[in-house]
Amino acid sequence: MTAARRLDPVILLALPAVLYLAIVYGVPLLVLLGRSIMVGGVPSLAPFVGFLSDPFSWTVIGNTVRIAVMVTLVCLVIGYPTALALSRASGLAQALILVAIILPLSVGVVVKAFAWQIVLRRDGVVSQLMMGLGLWNEPQRLLFTEAGLVIGAANVFVPFMILPIYSVLKLVDPRLGEAAATLGASPLYRFFKVALPLSLPGIVTGIAFVFSMAASMYVIPNLLIGDRFQTLATLTGRSFLFMRNEQLGSTTAVVLLVLTVAVVVGSAALSKRLGGAS
Amino acid sequence: MTAIERIASVVVWTLAAFTVVFLLTPLVVTVMVSFGSSAVFTLPAPSWSLRWYQALGRSRELWPVVAASVQLAALSTVVALALGTLCAIGLLRSQFRARDAIVTFLVSPLMLPGLVIGIAMLETFRAAGLRDVWVSLILAHVVITLPYVVRTVYAALSLFDFTLIDAARTLGLPYPKAVMKVLVPALAPAFLTSGMFAFLASMDNYPISIFFTDAWTKTLPIQMLQYVEESPDPTIAAISALLILLAAGVLIIGDRLVGLRRMADL
Repeated sequence: MTAARRLDPVILLALPAVLYLAIVYGVPLLVLLGRSIMVGGVPSLAPFVGFLSDPFSWTVIGNTVRIAVMVTLVCLVIGYPTALALSRASGLAQALILVAIILPLSVGVVVKAFAWQIVLRRDGVVSQLMMGLGLWNEPQRLLFTEAGLVIGAANVFVPFMILPIYSVLKLVDPRLGEAAATLGASPLYRFFKVALPLSLPGIVTGIAFVFSMAASMYVIPNLLIGDRFQTLATLTGRSFLFMRNEQLGSTTAVVLLVLTVAVVVGSAALSKRLGGAS
Repeated sequence: MTAIERIASVVVWTLAAFTVVFLLTPLVVTVMVSFGSSAVFTLPAPSWSLRWYQALGRSRELWPVVAASVQLAALSTVVALALGTLCAIGLLRSQFRARDAIVTFLVSPLMLPGLVIGIAMLETFRAAGLRDVWVSLILAHVVITLPYVVRTVYAALSLFDFTLIDAARTLGLPYPKAVMKVLVPALAPAFLTSGMFAFLASMDNYPISIFFTDAWTKTLPIQMLQYVEESPDPTIAAISALLILLAAGVLIIGDRLVGLRRMADL
């Protein structure tokens, strides 16, 4: 690449957006990071040491990671087959799956969390269904339990697992599978040796998306599990909005930021190594 | 088809069907509750009524908030479309070495926790002496909407063959007309879908907006969450059902203009 090309004036078109984001978003994040390691004008890691040496903090970090992992697993288990079905579907089935993915994306998170409040109550649909199937002897509520939170969150985030996997799967040449079959590979062998490896970049992207969103969700835990259960995100929100404890809020915010950045950067690197476009 | 293949296929389609039902459950529940007559969300409702839609029509606190949210979303989407499209063209045409890194930076607000972004902005805006709620909200919402535009338009442009513009010019079209006839139609679907998702993302944003709204200026998700927490009656289901209807309408328009499959290519 020559120097003349690098200085192509067309790049100036990109400048307003880049400058805008740098000033309104980049600088504030750096300021937050800077402030979180400054105590009374002196650089100090004391807030982090203090936070990480409190057992309560580890409960909160544990809650955050546990819920995010469970939501990601549920999304993967139901999202992968859905992406697979979508990549093979046509006509009505295809339209139905697409509507089911896209329509909820355009419905607000408060609306969905509110609906799950109704579904997961003691007299809600799930409870009635489980009683009807004879699996539960008496009505039980899933609302305000971890299971309820995982169900509601997985519902909101599963499209973000399906779409990246689908976008990789639809590029896979179906003849690859046929070729493997011609060469005598069994269906399971074919799946694990052909389709699955080729869809790995999509899986990694989906996992990164869902994990980072599930680790940082705020509205859904508020409505589905209540304030006795804290994650890094809910604790951050509460520190700023109700407790007016900005020191604690900044610390938890930075811990959450480090966690999500680690997952996003790690998965981007992994996805690149697996040979996919992120 | 072998037995294993048949079983695998049944498992895949069963799980896919389950996911479709699972995804649509909250929407169906909301619509059903909104048409119920009971004030305590019993499903199925004892009888059907429109009373919550009437209550919604009389509501004095919801409609100004809806109007404010729509204005905010429309304005930030327009700004994001202008900034983001120029940026995508600039990055792709310049062969700039670090352009992938820049795109990652521009898209990163989608992946970082909204609350953290909100707190960082709040502190910096305050330090800079910016206290105007409306200006802060617009500045923040452009950050939320810009990634959708950059990501989608950039992806669409990287598939576009720019020599087509040169070809059109060789055939006698002046440059602006060549762009209008060749580039604009090729870019329109990405422009429309990204604008739509940017608009909806702004309408739905809670974690960043919460730091900038006050008692007088609120956005819809904030007002709705407050409503759900304080006085949960099916009025909230009625407005939600209207929003679902709006989303379905947008989806139908999107399908006509772009096609559902291309919308899923995001």
